[in-house]
Amino acid sequence: MELLQLAVGGLANGCIYGLVALGFVMIYKASEGVNFAQGDMMMLGAFVALGLGNGDHLGLPFVLAVPLAMAVMFCVGWGVERVVVRRIFGQPQFALVILTIAMGFVFRFVAGAVFGYTPLVMETPYGGQNLNLGGVVIGYADLIAIAVTIVLTVALWAFFAFTRIGLAAQAASQNQLAAYIVGVPVMRVNSLIWGLSGAVATVAGVLYASRGAIDPNIGLLGIKAFAAAVIGGLGSLPGALLGGLIVGLVEPIAGRYAPGEVAQMSPYILMLVVLLTRPSGLISQVQMKKV
Amino acid sequence: MRVIFKTSYDRDIDLHEHGWERARMALLLGVMALLPFVLGEYYLAEAVNTLIWALAGMGLMIAVGHTGQVSLGHAAFLAVGAYAEAALMNAGLPFLVSFPLAGLIAGVFGGLIALPAARMSGIYLAIATLAVFVIVEELVILLEPITGGVGGQMAPSITILGIGFDRYGALANFYWLCLAVVALTTWGYANLLRSPTGRAFLAVRDSEVSARALGVNVTRTRALAFGLSAGVTGLAGALMGHYIGYFNYELFSIFISINLLLVVTIGGLGSIQGAFLGAILITGVPQLIAILRDNLKAGVGIDLSAVPGLDTLIFSLILIGFIIYEPTGLYGRWLKLRAWIELFPLARRDMFRRQKSYLKTERMR
Repeated sequence: MELLQLAVGGLANGCIYGLVALGFVMIYKASEGVNFAQGDMMMLGAFVALGLGNGDHLGLPFVLAVPLAMAVMFCVGWGVERVVVRRIFGQPQFALVILTIAMGFVFRFVAGAVFGYTPLVMETPYGGQNLNLGGVVIGYADLIAIAVTIVLTVALWAFFAFTRIGLAAQAASQNQLAAYIVGVPVMRVNSLIWGLSGAVATVAGVLYASRGAIDPNIGLLGIKAFAAAVIGGLGSLPGALLGGLIVGLVEPIAGRYAPGEVAQMSPYILMLVVLLTRPSGLISQVQMKKV
Repeated sequence: MRVIFKTSYDRDIDLHEHGWERARMALLLGVMALLPFVLGEYYLAEAVNTLIWALAGMGLMIAVGHTGQVSLGHAAFLAVGAYAEAALMNAGLPFLVSFPLAGLIAGVFGGLIALPAARMSGIYLAIATLAVFVIVEELVILLEPITGGVGGQMAPSITILGIGFDRYGALANFYWLCLAVVALTTWGYANLLRSPTGRAFLAVRDSEVSARALGVNVTRTRALAFGLSAGVTGLAGALMGHYIGYFNYELFSIFISINLLLVVTIGGLGSIQGAFLGAILITGVPQLIAILRDNLKAGVGIDLSAVPGLDTLIFSLILIGFIIYEPTGLYGRWLKLRAWIELFPLARRDMFRRQKSYLKTERMR
């Protein structure tokens, strides 16, 4: 029973890791770059939603505040691509890595300057309510996190697999020049994907905030989500979710049966093992080129 | 503009292009050696800090700048170096033995990580090093008997042949010690780059496929470069431990890794000089901010200390600016400036224009 209780909490946690990992994977799918500021975008999204929805700030109703925050973060992601990322177009990957790490610090500073560094709690209509299923207590927040994640993953997967823009984004990531030649507006597609990943990050942020307090440093969760994305296989959306769930489940169980430091290490040990045995992740996207 | 007429291969691969450059290096070393007689205690300590950062920057430069392996976790090797040094000295070994041993331990540790990791390329290696960093950080807390756990570890003071090199007791001596270590490392590094091994590093960085075609063992070269990089960073970590005096795991945070990356990127990737320029920047800017802050408070009455994290913001903005506008870093900018002066008035704007490049996937091999 105790294990089941841990598993439910872990699943909900894992869904949030998975959602942040989805943001990584989307940008990786579209431009083969890694956005290390994804965790900080999640943090910023949560704070925007909090600023719009909480009673002591703007006080909009929750159902209005969240879509509005998503729209704001779409614009932030889109703007970041337009203003900064576009300028290093075509430069080696690690330039983007360093750039996004620096951007993450800027986001953190902005959030800290506006909202301060004391943890804040977001007001949600379902906060603090629990469901009791024969001894296992499940918070509504956990249930909603799991449901929303599954819906979003399927929707994004369909977007990349079936829509014109999704296919164009995949083409752009495999060979920018070739994509240009066949008429893909690579720059526009990139902007759109960055915007979308901002919106997804907001959803993750809101789900995270509804399960506990937030402060500007929760963006560091992005590193863990990144481990999840690598475990699942960078470039695979279902893989990101799978990786997130694995990390989410392993963490509390390791914490239960081993010292706390081991629990902290477990996602990264798992990631190293996956990198060593299956370098391209559980759901592999690397293919040998056929000549 | 000086024309150099090379008559032999030895002349071609000489460390210094001409005698004047050699004299300049000697002059620089002389001035650096005389600093303790000129500077006060506070600024001398800052100079030591800059030297240590330059040493760590050189360590990372071997991996990032010269072999093209991005590491996001070099603070882990700083930590390994510092803890190994403190543990060995506490076990009774003299500094002259424990210091190289600490570097060796960090280097072997780095090489062991690199052997499997070197098969990974690009972004995956960066991720693996990040994971290693987190694991080392937690291991430091777990291995309490050696590292002192959360409480921390004290670096004993250094004595060589009866002369004290304590950071607080004899700062000038400690400064000369650091200077000697940095000068020797720089000399070795510069020599390494003109040896077959160093050339192999560059070949692997520029094109893995062509390096392999030319008979370079890519995996071994990468592991060696990463091991060397970790070793030099470990030496810097050992000195940093002595410099701080009493440290725990919090000293080696993820921010140190990022700062190290900042040193090599802003300084100029692929140049030893870049590591020094970057180190000067990263240790100098916080001082400048502090002075500016005091002046603003006294003069205009604006209290900047009320805004936390301002240093990080400024560093981040500098970094973003450099990546966008000057990816070759401070040293690259200096090279352009020098070419402009030497060619005056013949320099043309398009001389340094970047080539257009497009990204190709790493997922197709």
